[in-house]
Amino acid sequence: MRESSSKRHYNEPLARIVKKDAMSNQRMAAYSVFALILAIAAGGVFIFSLGYNPFKVYATIVSGAFRSSISTQGTIKIAIPLLIASLGITHAFKMQFWNIGAEGQIIMGGIFATYFALFHSDWPHWLLMLVMCAAGMLGGGLWALIPAFFKTKYGTNETLFTLMLNYIALYMIKYLAEGPWLDPKASGFPKIASFEKNARLDEVFGVHAGWIIGLVLVGVVYFYLKYSKQGYEIAIVGESENTARYAGMNVKKIIMRTMFLSGAICGIAGMTQVSGAAYTLSEGVAGGVGFTAIIVAWLAKLNPFVILLVTIGFSVLEKGSSVMQSSFGLPTSVSDILQGIILFFILGCDFFTRYKLIFRKGGQKNDN
Amino acid sequence: MQYPQLSLLLEAGGILACNRHLTASHRVPAVANYFLTGEIMQKEKTHATAIELKGITKTFGSVVANNQIDLSVRKGEILALLGENGSGKTTLMNMLSGIYRPDSGSVLLNGEAVTINSPEDAIEFGIGMIHQHFKLVDVLSATDNIMLGVKGGSRWLKKTRSDKIQEISRHFGLDISPEKKIYQMSVGEKQTVEILKVMYRNANILILDEPTAVLTPQETKKLFDILRRMKAEGCAIIIITHKLNEVMEISDRVTILRKGESIATVETAETNAHELTELMVGRPVELSIDRPENGFEETLLEVHHLTVANEEGFEAIQDIKFELKRGEILGVAGIAGSGQKELCEAMAGLLPVSKGAILYNKENIIGKSPEEIIKMGISMSFIPEDRLGMGLAASMGMVDNMMLKTYKKNKGPFVSRKEARELSKRLIKQLGIVTPGVDTPVRRLSGGNVQKVLLGREIESNPNVLITAYAVRGLDINSSYTIYDSLNEQKQKGVGILFIGEDLDVMLELCDRIMVLCHGKVTGIVEAKTSTKEEIGLLMTGGSGKEGSADA
Ligand SMILES: Nc1ncnc2c1ncn2[C@@H]1O[C@H](COP(=O)(O)OP(=O)(O)OP(=O)(O)O)[C@@H](O)[C@H]1O
Ligand SMILES: [Mg+2]
Repeated sequence: MRESSSKRHYNEPLARIVKKDAMSNQRMAAYSVFALILAIAAGGVFIFSLGYNPFKVYATIVSGAFRSSISTQGTIKIAIPLLIASLGITHAFKMQFWNIGAEGQIIMGGIFATYFALFHSDWPHWLLMLVMCAAGMLGGGLWALIPAFFKTKYGTNETLFTLMLNYIALYMIKYLAEGPWLDPKASGFPKIASFEKNARLDEVFGVHAGWIIGLVLVGVVYFYLKYSKQGYEIAIVGESENTARYAGMNVKKIIMRTMFLSGAICGIAGMTQVSGAAYTLSEGVAGGVGFTAIIVAWLAKLNPFVILLVTIGFSVLEKGSSVMQSSFGLPTSVSDILQGIILFFILGCDFFTRYKLIFRKGGQKNDN
Repeated sequence: MQYPQLSLLLEAGGILACNRHLTASHRVPAVANYFLTGEIMQKEKTHATAIELKGITKTFGSVVANNQIDLSVRKGEILALLGENGSGKTTLMNMLSGIYRPDSGSVLLNGEAVTINSPEDAIEFGIGMIHQHFKLVDVLSATDNIMLGVKGGSRWLKKTRSDKIQEISRHFGLDISPEKKIYQMSVGEKQTVEILKVMYRNANILILDEPTAVLTPQETKKLFDILRRMKAEGCAIIIITHKLNEVMEISDRVTILRKGESIATVETAETNAHELTELMVGRPVELSIDRPENGFEETLLEVHHLTVANEEGFEAIQDIKFELKRGEILGVAGIAGSGQKELCEAMAGLLPVSKGAILYNKENIIGKSPEEIIKMGISMSFIPEDRLGMGLAASMGMVDNMMLKTYKKNKGPFVSRKEARELSKRLIKQLGIVTPGVDTPVRRLSGGNVQKVLLGREIESNPNVLITAYAVRGLDINSSYTIYDSLNEQKQKGVGILFIGEDLDVMLELCDRIMVLCHGKVTGIVEAKTSTKEEIGLLMTGGSGKEGSADA
């Protein structure tokens, strides 16, 4: 029988994109590892072209993140808010509610917690910490409830809504710093006063206790989403609202409750930032963590344990690149580019787990 | 096969034979046109094999969906593809239409081996498939949908294209309004647009996956007329259907699949429904429906002056009144869209009721939430056109789908999957559900098996009232009868069953009484034992049969 050599090609392109069947988890993991290796190689070429030894630079990044106990602590400090916020976002994403307002929810958590730090710093330390944490959750939760309310009531688009709320939250800090909460002792640049010792989160093994909260949350969120009734409801609503209604679920209530929870967890990240890392509230309290968290949650396919791994990876990269900058005298942009390259490959790998390319056989030209 | 030039020629002839009437047959190379003579065209119109599959195998993980399948269709022939649920029909056809690629085996198009990598390839090869789930853009008009994705589209060509659409429709007797929007169309009209879409792309091999499952008998008749005309034009047609009477009516040959293998191919004229069933199932089967008598008398459900407006505000159910007894199957017959969907949804608490009352054990259930209604023991299994959209969570496994209505039952904040897992395993055995495992996403099951999952769950939920709408849509014959048996079992337990059906023959055998709906009104309620198809048919179109005892 003749081979497909006489197959007709009607201007067939060299390659085309085709959707793939679902992949096994092992395959998926193998792809990710492969992408990581490619990313490191591509980054290496880039470093080499700048005239540096890529092996040395990479070694510096990794060792830089764990060089001393201080840098290890620094790495963990970067990881804490990212981990908590990613876990928060996961709830909303599981419900297919595209919450990209984690940034604003972190900020509101920070603002609410700061209120108690500034005006009730005389309360017993443990009580104050608990109240600040609760306040942070309330702040973030309420902030997330606003888009949820409008979505369930009027069908507004949650993506734009949550995005815009980020900016409102950001300017609220500005307002507070220049107005009601202005530190009278601040000279020149208006800012909010530093927290008193009593309002600062305790350190455990040299890092503020936020890491314990984060680790506990990993387990709690995993069990909540996988084994609780509410977690089941979230998954069903995410799947099909019609099916949820059919099953007798109160879809609006579930959306509001879940968004509150999503925002509340992000709010915790805000609280730990102000009371554990910055000891004050400034415009940099979230510093883009809310956006990075989206990438983390997405890459981890909404699995809390994988989120922990991905967060660690991101934090090492971040911390290590800053060490690399100082020890090689490289400009900030270089580490940004490096991070960009790595992200590019990892996200690109995501594409290949979903789609495949089919190449024209034997590179024939169009023959008719 | 040894003469490539000749085969190219013949193939071009085939295309032309099918599309002669079209103004622009741009697919046919001009050179080939030059060589064509009427004689070749005549010869090519029939007899020659249009497409042939040899030794096709396709596996999904550990599931062998197709195993060494051979199949061929000739030009000017209608081939029916028959097989139980999950026997691999859709998978096989998806390989022809470029959605999947075979693991091994070859596809021969006019005797030439081809590789079909994508749906676009399939179109280039003249293969068009009409899927069971329509792939149309709701807010666009028929014309726009048809032209969508046709290469080289530009504004001013629109006119000539409209002309072409008109011409095709006229030729095949397709009846559409080109400017009508899809969301305003009935299922039958949507299907016509799908057919036009592939004909517009010059398809000469047409594949239809369960096209009649959602059509009314009238629409089915129209579809068959169209198919016959295409056949006369020399098109090759493959049709999948579970309805044996349709197989006997429309097809020339039948290929039977069983558990992923091709068992036999027979001439339709030389076989009968009974033999086909045996070939399909693999053993002699006795197909009969019981109507057990029982002593239940109490009334379970009373519906008084019920009026329901649908989502658009149109009164889909107007002032209807009936009664459902314990241990009875009350059939609901009517032309599609006579208010069946709204009646179900209103009873399940999913659609607000504008007037009237539904009394269940003397308690009005109107105004209660779906959750409360479920708690009272009223269960609905509605098989909508889109099977996965309501009632199932497509990317979850059977286990998680089993819990849908019962997950709240066990105490504490956590769900328990143990019972659901056992129920899943039981249903797999009881209804013969074909699935690799209880945690495989139901989206990956074959159409009929998806439905068994939904139906099985509702029947097993021990309801007092069971509402089933189009219960056997898409089920193979054997499974359909298994479902009838299950329903009878429930009836014997004293469950009141509202059976919204399509097949009057089945309803006359299975139901105790049949209520007929027409334009949202009850035109009659008849005793199934003493009634006839003709009488019900008359009531369905609004005529009054012999005075229906509308008391109930
Ligand atoms: N994408 C997929 N992934 C895994 N398994 C699949 C997939 N598609 C089909 N299958 C399996 O292949 C088998 C054949 O399925 P197919 O849809 O071809 O059946 P079918 O003959 O069309 O049945 P039905 O009459 O119910 O529509 C089934 O067991 C099904 O579970
Ligand atoms: Mg199928």
